[in-house]
Amino acid sequence: MPHVAGDASRLVAPVLDVRGLQVALPGDADRSHAIERMDLRIDQGRTLCIVGESGSGKSVLATTVMGLLAQGLSITSGEVHLKGEIILGGGQYVPERRLRALRGRAMGMVFQEPMTALNPVLTCGEQVDELLRTHTNADSAQREAQILEVFERVRLPDPARIFASYPHQLSGGQRQRIVIAMAIILKPRLLICDEPTTALDVTTQAEILKLIAELRAEQGSAVLFITHDMGVVAEIADEVLVMHRGKVVEQGSREQVLHRPREEYTRMLLAAVPGMVPPPPRELPGGSALLSARRVGKTYVRRDWLGRAHRSAALHDASLSVRPGETVGIVGESGSGKSTFARCMLRLIEPTEGVITWGDSEVQSLPERRLRALRSHVQVVFQDPNRSLNPRRTVGSSLVEGAINFGMTAAKARELAETLMDRIRLPRAALERYPHQFSGGQRQRLAIARAVACQPRVLVADEAVSALDVSVQAQILDLLREIQRDLGLGILFITHDLRVAAQLCDRVIVMNRGQVVEEGPTAQVFSRPAHPYTQRLLAAAPGADVGVVAAVA
Amino acid sequence: MNTWKRLWRHGAVRGGVLVLAALTIVGALAPWLGTFDPSAMDASFISVPAGTAGRVTLLDGSQIDHTFWMGSDSVGRDIWSRVLYGTRISLVVGVFTAGLAVVIGCTCGLLAGYFRTADALLMRIMDGMMAIPAVLVAITLVAVLGASLSTVILAIAVPEVPRVTRLVRSLVISLREESFVEAARALATRNIVILWRDILPNAAAPLIVQGTFIAASAVLTEAILSFLGLGLPADVPTWGNIMAEGRVAFSQAPGNVLFPALFLVPTILAVNLLGDGLRDVLDPKFAKRA
Repeated sequence: MPHVAGDASRLVAPVLDVRGLQVALPGDADRSHAIERMDLRIDQGRTLCIVGESGSGKSVLATTVMGLLAQGLSITSGEVHLKGEIILGGGQYVPERRLRALRGRAMGMVFQEPMTALNPVLTCGEQVDELLRTHTNADSAQREAQILEVFERVRLPDPARIFASYPHQLSGGQRQRIVIAMAIILKPRLLICDEPTTALDVTTQAEILKLIAELRAEQGSAVLFITHDMGVVAEIADEVLVMHRGKVVEQGSREQVLHRPREEYTRMLLAAVPGMVPPPPRELPGGSALLSARRVGKTYVRRDWLGRAHRSAALHDASLSVRPGETVGIVGESGSGKSTFARCMLRLIEPTEGVITWGDSEVQSLPERRLRALRSHVQVVFQDPNRSLNPRRTVGSSLVEGAINFGMTAAKARELAETLMDRIRLPRAALERYPHQFSGGQRQRLAIARAVACQPRVLVADEAVSALDVSVQAQILDLLREIQRDLGLGILFITHDLRVAAQLCDRVIVMNRGQVVEEGPTAQVFSRPAHPYTQRLLAAAPGADVGVVAAVA
Repeated sequence: MNTWKRLWRHGAVRGGVLVLAALTIVGALAPWLGTFDPSAMDASFISVPAGTAGRVTLLDGSQIDHTFWMGSDSVGRDIWSRVLYGTRISLVVGVFTAGLAVVIGCTCGLLAGYFRTADALLMRIMDGMMAIPAVLVAITLVAVLGASLSTVILAIAVPEVPRVTRLVRSLVISLREESFVEAARALATRNIVILWRDILPNAAAPLIVQGTFIAASAVLTEAILSFLGLGLPADVPTWGNIMAEGRVAFSQAPGNVLFPALFLVPTILAVNLLGDGLRDVLDPKFAKRA
């Protein structure tokens, strides 16, 4: 039975009413329907969060409602009513003219990537102006006044300057505010947000979520919020709908779905979300540092056409050390310098200052030739499992590349590859396959196996789970823990996700703008953060109570 | 779907391959397709019209019955034989020129794209080469090295190298930043191995497409050079030479120019179609939305 968002006895028509929606995929897709028989209702002033992993069909829902369905997808049945007016029925939309009039006026959409949602060659003011010109009859002075007013409402600093700026001159958070401004300027009754904060830092995300909540309260609009992040759901949802492979798994109030989930899949999803509270510190074997960095810095010099040098320090005075069996986390937002730091420690780039030690050798300025022999000491797993394996080589050959470089014979390498496949729980026959035949999570496991094949002492995971769904993420983290236990590795874990850091790391360092602002044992940093930036970071993390799922009878 | 199957499904690829296959067969079987020695001149059959049949005396004195399907030129050579034997030369020139230009250009492009010091040096050399007109380079090389098949191939390939180098270099610059290349570096793989195993295969698709266009251009350029008398020696049967020879008496015997053209045009068209088709299939950016 479809759950009704809001009071069932309301006589006012819901803002969005979807009945029996079914969207079919083209023939060669991995399932028959993108969305199977979905019913939902959103009333005025309520927020419905659609949660699902990648491939669940949640973005298809958003584009269906807007009438922007991609080619190849077709609507086999169902109706969509907007404010009581039918916009989709019997597989057909209302005429395009009517849909265009409704878009912007009756429904606004905020996309995930603000940079691609904005036209890079028009100023922000011009882009919003275009929207007003299409939908209203106001003259240019009135339009400009309206635009400046909406920029104020979305809390953009210095609206007049932003009006005349191009998208690339603004930060990610500011761009997303512009997109939100465009979505709400005509005061639509329905605001559709498709993962609007996924590409933003956690502190910016907190501000944008607050903004959306304020606007919803102010205008009484209904919000359809699509996300994969349970924390965000906990923060802003009134009602929650869980999707899995096109089917609606569970629908209900936020309270019910998050704290008393009925379905197995929902419970699994909630259980996979790492909690914010770090576990008690564990016993470490101890020993001398496997990897250490002392006062490392990296300054980029850019020469302009007059030959003047512009120096920018991506990293300054950063230090850390990793001991056997220990997991050290580097936490920071984008631009904090954590990736630069990781690459300096891996000697993929050369630091301009400081000392980096691998075991007993100082490597910060060794030439590549001498470095190669030492590289087996530290290995890395990258962020994007889709691009870190060469698409044109079989997985088996990629897996043992490092081992062979360090002198293993081909026969022994073959044995090693098979052992590794067992360890990462993939069939041995899969060694002959190519990367594109595996899922994202499997590819990441292969990348981990490839790193472990070199028998390193330290494993550096550079946002290794950030691009994965939360259930797959949990498996990868378990695999890392297992490998660390068996091989006594030190792990350096770089992430922007505080929850993962809380659960996985023994010690954590917090970076901001190229500098280390705080470091210490995880439990201490998370419960008693000393530096104001850390406090802000922790406060901004959405949904503090998610991840503590009560066992459901 | 497997790439070979996708390639074969594409109309342009199929058409191009079939035409080129037909031409290759014709060229290979030339001696048995009603031809005789293409440089044999029989004074009794000077500039005969197409379709004339008669008894031809060859260089060694033997006589055969022969029909001049395409007529004969002003010194009594059979156009049909010359055109068919010319097919071999044109295809060889096309393939080898493209191959040579691609190999040299690819090597330079890989080095220039991957190693910054090599980049500055190589690209300035390429800029210099691009500044000299291709025909001038061809003339100079032929003048210095003498007119022969290998000289002509070299003369046509060299001006094509800068374009290939630029293409490969830009591909390498973007591929250099890929995760799997960084991963290979972290695994202590040597640079040469990275270039060969990680970067080159991923740059292959646009390179192949460029190669086919070079082949088409090479066939045409060879014809032009021969036409101008700068290519292979006049007695070697190439389409350009036949057309050059026939130009003088064009108004009386247009066939001497048109018959070689009849073979030249489809060849170039087929190679270009093949290149277009390869690009559609192999380069995802240009693929038509299914």
